[in-house]
Amino acid sequence: MEPAGKKKPIVIIDAERCKGCELCIVYCARKVLGKTKNINKAGYNPAVVADPDKCTACGFCYLMCPDNAIEIK
Amino acid sequence: MSTSKKYKRPESLQETKHLYCAGCGHGIIHRLVAEVIDELGVREKTIGIAPVGCAVFAYDYFNFDVTEAPHGRPPAVATGIKRVMPDHVVFTYQGDGDLAAIGTAEIIHAANRGENITVIFVNNTNYGMTGGQMAPTTLIAQKTATSPFGRSAANEGYPIKVCELLSSLEGTKFLARVAVDKPGNVLQAKKTLLKAFQNQLDKKGFSLVEVLSMCPVGWGMTPQAACKRIQEEVTKIFPLGVIKDLTV
Repeated sequence: MEPAGKKKPIVIIDAERCKGCELCIVYCARKVLGKTKNINKAGYNPAVVADPDKCTACGFCYLMCPDNAIEIK
Repeated sequence: MSTSKKYKRPESLQETKHLYCAGCGHGIIHRLVAEVIDELGVREKTIGIAPVGCAVFAYDYFNFDVTEAPHGRPPAVATGIKRVMPDHVVFTYQGDGDLAAIGTAEIIHAANRGENITVIFVNNTNYGMTGGQMAPTTLIAQKTATSPFGRSAANEGYPIKVCELLSSLEGTKFLARVAVDKPGNVLQAKKTLLKAFQNQLDKKGFSLVEVLSMCPVGWGMTPQAACKRIQEEVTKIFPLGVIKDLTV
């Protein structure tokens, strides 16, 4: 259960910036992020938010993303 | 220590997409530098000096003044800029091919003079931009485009440990080695960079932060395996930590 009044974190991945290095997926402790078969304009398979409910906004994906494709609100 | 809880692109970083390979550590280090500049509130008076190498387009990515120097010469250019404009924050951003190979003379003499600048030295143990050739920092037995059977000490010598090399010079005040291979180390890298920039604002003297970075394409492995290689191989030769700190 989320504590009352605490905002639920929202992870936003910019699919066009993502280069599919998967570092965010590897370091996400709660397996929020996942792979896809979608292809962006640059030809990469971007990461997607597969299970947003598990996110605790630890920021590990943001810290490891080399392309600033991740924002957590 | 103020570790930002704001998980969005820092103001000092432009929206331009990076041209680095997937999983390259440069993107992380660029963001850390930008976050530190934002936190210190010195974006309007910061001047960066970009190297020749993968980070040559740093002026396209940072949202403050960045100039470009000939191969290996950023410490000399930084010396000039800092002496003319001592109230500005001047830093160089150099790779190992730039700082440890062609620019050895410049970095040693800038450090020996104790210039009040900050140097960010990105060590990925090869020449990334030109296609993964052997660099002075390449580990023994590491296979690269120009050492296909692995670097041998008898033929090519040993990897240069820049921090340890500079630590004997009286001009150097702060030397530290960090890595960006996992979230904990990224946070530590940010704290260290913050200190290196704060030293300059406090007029403490020459600070250098060596950042061990992954080069998945140059090493011929996945980004995940490259992070693992830093943890298992690179940090054995280049131990993390503060090598010298005369600022306290």
